[in-house]
Amino acid sequence: MNEMPKLTVSSSPHIRAAHTTQSIMRDVIIALVPAMAVAVAMFGVSALAVIAVSVVSCVFFEWGYRKLMHKSSSVHDLSAVVTGVLMACCLPAGVPLWLPVVGAFFAIVVVKQLYGGIGKNFLNPALAARAFLFSWPVIMTTWVEPNFVYGADVVTTATPMSFLHNGQLPEGISIMGTFLGTIGGSLGEISAAALILGGIYLVARKVITLRIPLSYILTVAVLTFIFPRGNDNLQWMLYNLFSGGLMLGAIFMATDYTTSPINPNGQIVYGIGCGLLTVFIRYFGSYVEGVSYAILIMNVCVWMIDMNFLPRRFGVSKEDEKKKKEAAAK
Amino acid sequence: MSFKFFGGVHPNDMKAPANKAAVTVMTPPQQVVIPMSLHIGAPCTPTVAVGDEVKLGQKIGDAASPVSAPIHASVSGKVIAIEPRLHSNGTMVNSVVIENDGLYTPCETMVPATEEQLNDPDAIAKLIREAGIVGMGGATFPTAFKITSGKGKIDTVIINGAECEPYITSDHRTMLEHPEAVLGGISLIMKACGVPKATFAIEENKADAIALLREKNKPDSGIEILQLPCRYPQGAEKQLIQTVTGREVPPGGLPAAVGCAVFNTFTAYSVYRAAYEGRPAIERVVTVTGSAIAEPKNLLVPVGTPVSYVIEQAGGFKKPAKKVLMGGPMMGNALYDLSVSVTKGTNALTCFAEDEDKTVEDPQCIRCGKCATVCPMRLEPALLYVFERKTDYEGMDKFHIMDCIECGACTYNCPARLHLTHSCRTGKAKMQAKMAADKARAEAEKAKAEAAKEEKK
Repeated sequence: MNEMPKLTVSSSPHIRAAHTTQSIMRDVIIALVPAMAVAVAMFGVSALAVIAVSVVSCVFFEWGYRKLMHKSSSVHDLSAVVTGVLMACCLPAGVPLWLPVVGAFFAIVVVKQLYGGIGKNFLNPALAARAFLFSWPVIMTTWVEPNFVYGADVVTTATPMSFLHNGQLPEGISIMGTFLGTIGGSLGEISAAALILGGIYLVARKVITLRIPLSYILTVAVLTFIFPRGNDNLQWMLYNLFSGGLMLGAIFMATDYTTSPINPNGQIVYGIGCGLLTVFIRYFGSYVEGVSYAILIMNVCVWMIDMNFLPRRFGVSKEDEKKKKEAAAK
Repeated sequence: MSFKFFGGVHPNDMKAPANKAAVTVMTPPQQVVIPMSLHIGAPCTPTVAVGDEVKLGQKIGDAASPVSAPIHASVSGKVIAIEPRLHSNGTMVNSVVIENDGLYTPCETMVPATEEQLNDPDAIAKLIREAGIVGMGGATFPTAFKITSGKGKIDTVIINGAECEPYITSDHRTMLEHPEAVLGGISLIMKACGVPKATFAIEENKADAIALLREKNKPDSGIEILQLPCRYPQGAEKQLIQTVTGREVPPGGLPAAVGCAVFNTFTAYSVYRAAYEGRPAIERVVTVTGSAIAEPKNLLVPVGTPVSYVIEQAGGFKKPAKKVLMGGPMMGNALYDLSVSVTKGTNALTCFAEDEDKTVEDPQCIRCGKCATVCPMRLEPALLYVFERKTDYEGMDKFHIMDCIECGACTYNCPARLHLTHSCRTGKAKMQAKMAADKARAEAEKAKAEAAKEEKK
């Protein structure tokens, strides 16, 4: 070995686990497939068109902005695809196709890239875009009747949320219907079953933990059970859980890495916060649904949560910490 | 009964094929370069001069400080130079260069300990120091000092046979090939520490060694062989203590603070050989493995052997090496010059032909928190990364950057492939520099104030 080989020198460790940002995003897309499938089955081609336009325009803006600003391309990380699918999921099926394009611009360019791209945005891009698109309130609340055979009929229909907002149990819509998704609503939100299936996949693949979804859903469940409108606590609670954007929000939106806390304690605090705000807005707000605003409000609290709910320090017991605090107070 | 440490990762252990390769005694090289710093603590001063003839096992360097260990010649021959040479840690260290005469004439000091010595705890500790034994797992903390400084505080002796780092098999092979000697060494350490019981903690991927040790272990030895599930970094000192006893070493504290002392398997073996054969710490088992190595094997290597020579003994590179690590892939040190010497703590040479790092350009944190879930110290590396980049001392302090044990679990598990461990290292260095500067400033101000007072008088 006379000739010295050229060796790479770097700081340890020197091996890496197999998962990547791309593989995680791919898993999220796979987890959303059941919800998309239900949407297409229920609303037909129009749902497919909304999803396709939303994804393509998100990817286009992601690519275009980075190109224009002479930044490294980030299309391959698939995060723009996830944003596209999620944004489509919270739009009504029959929207004009320019709407997802405008939404994609707002989500990708304004909310995400202007703050530095992946990992730097402080609001969930899909939800922020949805909130922005409420600049067209009529379009955003024109729900179409699901129709197996033909696809969507452009007939405005009532969603379970409109009944709940009036303090009534939905008429003519069964709990099973809200669970399976044979109801009107945003195209990706209608089937709680499909979303839960996706959630199980994400947990099994260790993409998310149960902390945020469970603390969120349980908070809503407990509050709606204790404070029902009408006499039937259980029915009221179940309609609240399976209707609207709760499942999509709790499983896919609130668990967005970038806009949720890093530490485990903080994640539970964040989930409970989302739950409290959701119920608060549903009960007292003028708009029928509270999930997206609840999550957006909690998004801006993430840094504060991260800074204040530190895990217990290794080697320091709770008693030690208490003593230290008392000593500091003196 | 065992507890669980926090976090941890499960990298593919990659122990095969080296774990099946019996330890081969290597033909020593023509020349050994023995650095005068083979341990944590004060470096040694050479006790020989250029031109001296030295014998195998003769002391060639020593230091007065208790936190140090003497250094012995690993071959017999002539001292041809004493000069700074490149050390595996990247610095130039004063080293004794010995030309091997090929005779291996043993030194007269290499005699087994007497019965009387072996019954006296202080004599055992002294013998361990004189043999130059240090923590052979890689930390190279002087073993005798660990024993004497912990005396009276220790109630639990833990022998680290976890070998949780992928690729490395040197401890595994030592357990399999010298079970009695390892157990004998443990008994001596227990006696020296004045503790009647010890726990020998071994991960379950070494089931053959566990079975063999249980068979050889005498019922009255006081040694419990504990099988642990595989998880990295189980063999890290603080984590092993937590796993075995449930106790957590306080921040900045030593294991003795919670009544524990941890010794490596090969350290126990070295203690046995020092006591019963009079052989000081002049050689060690090195696993030579990785995708670039032709014949992965375990070699008994004299301390001071150049890394390039050891690699040749394992058939050399079958593919061009991209990276040569002293140690394993999680905590090993990447070498850039293969002329550096094998030290007392070198348990493996892991050589990669591929880019196992899977480096990406301009990695972006996605705040997934997967670093925090695997951190055995319950830190939040993603946040520390942010603070380190901004040199935010307050943030680094609030999130306890100094607690980082640099195990690499966060970096391993990062899907965005951030260099989190490196960031923690840099952050710790920044914090240390700041603390030193603060201290110096405070002292200077104090001196100034006192001088002003003096003047007033």
